[in-house]
Amino acid sequence: MHAPHPDAARPVPCTVAGMVEGARLSVPMLPGVLVFAAAVGAASAEKGLTLGQAVLMSFTVYAGASQLLALQLWPEVFSLAAIAALAAVTTAVNLRFLLMGAALQPWLSRGPTGPVHLGLAGLTDANFVIGSRYHAQGGQDAGVFVGAGLFMWIIWTLATIPGHALGHLLTDPRRFAIDMVMPLTFTAMSIGLFRLRRDRLAWPVAAGAAVITAHLVAGYWFIIAGAVAGSLAAGAFRDRD
Amino acid sequence: MTATEWAGPVTAILAMAAATYAVRFAGYWIMSRVPLTPFLRAALEALPGAIIVATVVPLAMRGGLSAWIGIAAATLAMVAVRKDIAALAAGMGAVMAARALGLP
Repeated sequence: MHAPHPDAARPVPCTVAGMVEGARLSVPMLPGVLVFAAAVGAASAEKGLTLGQAVLMSFTVYAGASQLLALQLWPEVFSLAAIAALAAVTTAVNLRFLLMGAALQPWLSRGPTGPVHLGLAGLTDANFVIGSRYHAQGGQDAGVFVGAGLFMWIIWTLATIPGHALGHLLTDPRRFAIDMVMPLTFTAMSIGLFRLRRDRLAWPVAAGAAVITAHLVAGYWFIIAGAVAGSLAAGAFRDRD
Repeated sequence: MTATEWAGPVTAILAMAAATYAVRFAGYWIMSRVPLTPFLRAALEALPGAIIVATVVPLAMRGGLSAWIGIAAATLAMVAVRKDIAALAAGMGAVMAARALGLP
């Protein structure tokens, strides 16, 4: 039998100090977030969105990779089918948020409902890794996750504006390595997450499954396939002591 | 801009937003209805790292040599100074330099 996890019943606080700490932990991401948001603003201008529409998209969707991909497929005529296709593409690109919400649930569900739901509404890659790393290092305050998300939500929305205005300067995102912002940020943050006993099997399995899926299936399914495979491997071969 | 010109893009944006909120809450909602067995706990604890690895490795393979140079630079900077911003700066600088030199 396994003993109950020591954290299982302890309530989780959500403090203002934690939210400030979350914002502070987000500061290193700001250059990446600013440049990525500006690139989305530039793509919006290129596709004929008004400034108001570009800001509305960044504020309500707040998920850069899906915004960029949807803008690449932005139609000229908005039939119901075209809108459904955009929603489907957005879902596919953002399906990783489903896994992230699942991973955060054992921690956040012990926190206060209102702030936790607000934090979930602003769930993205950046505050997910900030929150996960903080919690993996023993932190409990849900405010860190919530504050990081809200802080970058505001920055993300505002940074769309100069991008929309200066779109013509950002037409080649590859040249400025904007396409690498997310993988590079993830790489840096993965260093603090690695636990040899747990991850020596999970990470190679995740990488292998993701690479194979990326070769076989178009789109972003490789993230889901790799993450689920790695996670299941960790579950199946967990330490039984 | 007439009302119909405005309505299409805004409807599309709101549909994208609704889809994104649905996935943001779905995983959390599902996990709150599934009992947390030792298997699931171990799987969820490994999930953040697995998501990162499953994202970075295929994107790097797609990005070519310049992407690997950037990831190597970011890793070295992170191990050396343990600062996210230094790692991101080193990585992006290395990618831009590699691409400016004409590497794939």
